[in-house]
Amino acid sequence: MALPETAAPELELDSRRAESRRGFLIGLPAWAYLTIFFALPLVIVLVYSFATRSSTGRTQLTGWNLDSYRRLVDPFVFEVFQRSFFLALTTTLICLLVSYPFAYYIATRGARLRNILLVMVMIPFWSNFLVRTYAWKVLLGSDGPISQLSQALGGEPIRLLFTNTAVLIGLVYGFLPFMVLPLYAALERMDWSLVEAARDLYADGWTAFRKVTWPLSRPGVIAGSILVFVPALGAYVTPAILGGARTTLVGDYIVDQFLAARNQPFGSALSMGIMLVLLAATVIYFRSGAKEV
Amino acid sequence: MSISAGVRPKSPTERMLAGNAWLVYAFFYAPILVLIVFSFNENNNVGIWTEPSLRWYRDVLANDAVMSAIRVSLIVAAISTVVSTILGTMTALSLERFRYRGRRAFDGLVYLPIIIPDVTMAVMLLLFFAQSFQWLDAALGWRPSFGIATISLSHIAFNISFVAVVVRARLGQLDARLEEAAADLYATRWQAFRRVTFPLIAPGVVGGALLALTLSLDDVVVTSFVAGPGSTTLPVYVFGLVRRGVTPLINAVSTLMLVASMVLIAISLGFQRTSRSRVAIREQELEPN
Repeated sequence: MALPETAAPELELDSRRAESRRGFLIGLPAWAYLTIFFALPLVIVLVYSFATRSSTGRTQLTGWNLDSYRRLVDPFVFEVFQRSFFLALTTTLICLLVSYPFAYYIATRGARLRNILLVMVMIPFWSNFLVRTYAWKVLLGSDGPISQLSQALGGEPIRLLFTNTAVLIGLVYGFLPFMVLPLYAALERMDWSLVEAARDLYADGWTAFRKVTWPLSRPGVIAGSILVFVPALGAYVTPAILGGARTTLVGDYIVDQFLAARNQPFGSALSMGIMLVLLAATVIYFRSGAKEV
Repeated sequence: MSISAGVRPKSPTERMLAGNAWLVYAFFYAPILVLIVFSFNENNNVGIWTEPSLRWYRDVLANDAVMSAIRVSLIVAAISTVVSTILGTMTALSLERFRYRGRRAFDGLVYLPIIIPDVTMAVMLLLFFAQSFQWLDAALGWRPSFGIATISLSHIAFNISFVAVVVRARLGQLDARLEEAAADLYATRWQAFRRVTFPLIAPGVVGGALLALTLSLDDVVVTSFVAGPGSTTLPVYVFGLVRRGVTPLINAVSTLMLVASMVLIAISLGFQRTSRSRVAIREQELEPN
């Protein structure tokens, strides 16, 4: 890198080669680790998804077929996918609607107050997810505080636990910080003089927001949406704790295939299916992210 | 940057923004506070408040299953944090500072574990371990079993990527001229790394390590797939209890887990503050006048 200008071209080429070999060697341990413990497992799941389940529940790797993938378009399975998709989408939209004004508020405070407000977002962000989900099980239970309050006010006991609404509340609660932080980051580094310029040019507040602030904060909107949508679509812990037995989602459906139904090929095909949906979502994210700036 | 000029104070919009913010904070904190308060409730029934007591905390300490799960959690978190911090930092350096063939493929391999949902990762690792145990048995007659080792290996697999992303972000902000200056002053590669690069990326490395630690202590899905009989982590054990119902014992364990999270946040904030000022001083020292 820091070679003298007079160095012969061959020498420079040699040093560049040594340099790139060094870079490769530094990355090698992690590359090897991820190949063994990530890429290889991925290939194994792919292979299993073409395998057959024997009558005893064992997986036979001979005679590859597409049976498991054919089951993905069964009406019941399709319904599970659809339900999970809409729940994840609703979660993302609610998080966006709540977080945008919230992040805007934090980003427009003075430096001192802004830091305090931000730390107060970081605390739930870093707190244990399972514990935060469990807190809603306590709150929403039929003898929980919310139901008791309603009864004390002379109302009916509220039964929210084990419904889709409870799962939605849990998902929004769990993933809200993932939306707030990228939105805040985008709004905070925005050049606010552009908004002032728009106002100087007689744009009203709404027009200035629509034409300047919103487009400039879009990378944050996209990043936050992906960060919420991906884990919400594959969610297992939240529906397992707050959801009912009647409303299966993709996450618990996959887990069932391995721990209860013992149908590994079908579970593998489901895993590949959910991964493809998410990869598509991520590609769209990178595309639309690239259009910005 | 302040925009007080853009938004007039106390306008209706401003009031609505402030109201929304307070509602969001209430939404964030009310459930956690209710949980903490009820963990000090004497009554067997979670919903009925009788009187404050430490009864359930005594029960937690006397519970062998919980204590053994805590032990497993700490071992796994320590191993996976150390290994993934080292490997992740090396990955970040390799990807950010060097150009070589296959770098883009490596980049993709590093990012994939972040965008793959927990459930898929869990399925992958379960089938991988089951299948490779079969192969090991057939080839060497060695029959390993699921336990602390498989949990740690799995946690490292998803943590490397998160550490790499955090450290890389820090590396990207660095002024590459500082390293060149060290090289110009006849520092060897290792000296330049140890004296210049590493101190500057240290906040990123610590941030990555804390993220790895948190993810390891939080994980339920992957761990429940690769844990063995008699070796579960605390979140997996608690998850099993939670699915059966709400008990004051879970409230107490949950509160302890929240306290652990708070301690980690405090360490992280404290370190960021001191390292920020230290780095600022260092950057001033190195800044050419």
